[in-house]
Amino acid sequence: MRAVLAIVRKDLLIEWRTRETVVTTAVLGILLVTVLAVAHDPTPAAAPALVAPVVWAAVVFTGLLGVERGFLLEREQDCLGGLRGAPIDPTALYVAKLLVNVLLLSVTQAVVVPLTGLFLRVDLWHAVPSLVVVLFLGTVGFAAVATLFAFVTVRLRTRQVMLPLLVLPLLMPLLIAAVKATEAVLGPGLGTARDAVGVLVSFDVIFVTAGLLLFPAIIRD
Amino acid sequence: MSAPALDARGIWRDFSGHPVLRGVDLTVEAGETVVLLGPNGAGKSTLLRILALLLRPRAGEIRIGGHDAGRERAEAVRRVGYLGHESGCYPDLSARENLAFYADLFGVADAVHTDELLAWTGLADAERRPLRACSRGMVQRVALARALLHRPALVLLDEPFTGLDPAATEALDARLRALRREGAAALITVHDVARAASLGTRVLILHAGRLAWTSGGAVADPAALAETYRAVTAGRG
Repeated sequence: MRAVLAIVRKDLLIEWRTRETVVTTAVLGILLVTVLAVAHDPTPAAAPALVAPVVWAAVVFTGLLGVERGFLLEREQDCLGGLRGAPIDPTALYVAKLLVNVLLLSVTQAVVVPLTGLFLRVDLWHAVPSLVVVLFLGTVGFAAVATLFAFVTVRLRTRQVMLPLLVLPLLMPLLIAAVKATEAVLGPGLGTARDAVGVLVSFDVIFVTAGLLLFPAIIRD
Repeated sequence: MSAPALDARGIWRDFSGHPVLRGVDLTVEAGETVVLLGPNGAGKSTLLRILALLLRPRAGEIRIGGHDAGRERAEAVRRVGYLGHESGCYPDLSARENLAFYADLFGVADAVHTDELLAWTGLADAERRPLRACSRGMVQRVALARALLHRPALVLLDEPFTGLDPAATEALDARLRALRREGAAALITVHDVARAASLGTRVLILHAGRLAWTSGGAVADPAALAETYRAVTAGRG
């Protein structure tokens, strides 16, 4: 626990000082939402159906950028070697990075999601509590997979290509469920999307557990 | 009799089938400063990363302070301080913040020791100055302070003098001599034969992945060491 807190504190201090991850992902998110909203230019009746796919497309692309940037911190000056040379449980590093990624991606979503509602002229306020639940469940699952594979690809020269190639196919069940749950939140209510929420929760449990189990072997060399 | 600070047997490592280390045996006792010489590509950095438990050997056994590195990794790694080619420090944090972070990871509660190392880096007063804004010599001092923070019994330094100006070199030299007086064992790679002779209680030459020569004790004559080095490494490549 001490190591998890130390790593989280360190990452947040660096982010507070540089603001690199939040600013770059937020700018990318704003651009994506703008392009998608302008490209579709939906009628008022069709706009609500676009919110969920636009939000989750933005979550995926900003998330991939954010997670990768987070690991470049550890690559510079071989800080990852410094962490691996410390007497800490390797899973502490995974848990800390997962927490930081969920937190920073949530900050980006706090910018991108309201803008999506604004650009598509859809009122999201009535659905905020349920929307937060779905976004949180989706973000945890996304970060669990992306954090694990960011460590796998961190030393590859082709990591910018490899990370999406490895992560996106695995994320398909999560994305389908997240879009369905978001549509339900903006329509008949979250209660009508129990299956989708079940998939999100199961995905989170399975991939966080897989991350904890696989991470020590991945980080060893 | 206490266990050696480092006991490595039959260390073998290859990269993509190309052997880099071919069965290295090495023992370093407490209080010894062993200097490792060798041409580029001899395997010095690979050997140090393996001994720092950052890279797994394909074959061989490592015991650090009597602890098996495979079965008792946490105990072994706690006894090692490693400084590689890169600092291992976060460029966007100050010296104090870097040392405080690693002190947390290693469970170092001795604030006096941390402050003393921070004072040695010369950056104690630069509370907010990120390492990105510091000179190579200053960063190297912080990196060494990081490696020594938890009072390791075995210090592994990979070309620590590279890129340092004379003042920074002198400060690092003094720190290494102080370490020896405190009883820590050190294994240091250098390229400068004269420095190897002045620094080491023993000098080894690694060539083509094998320990090709050992001095058996301190080297009194740097010129003779330079001649030996040329002879041992002749015909490489």
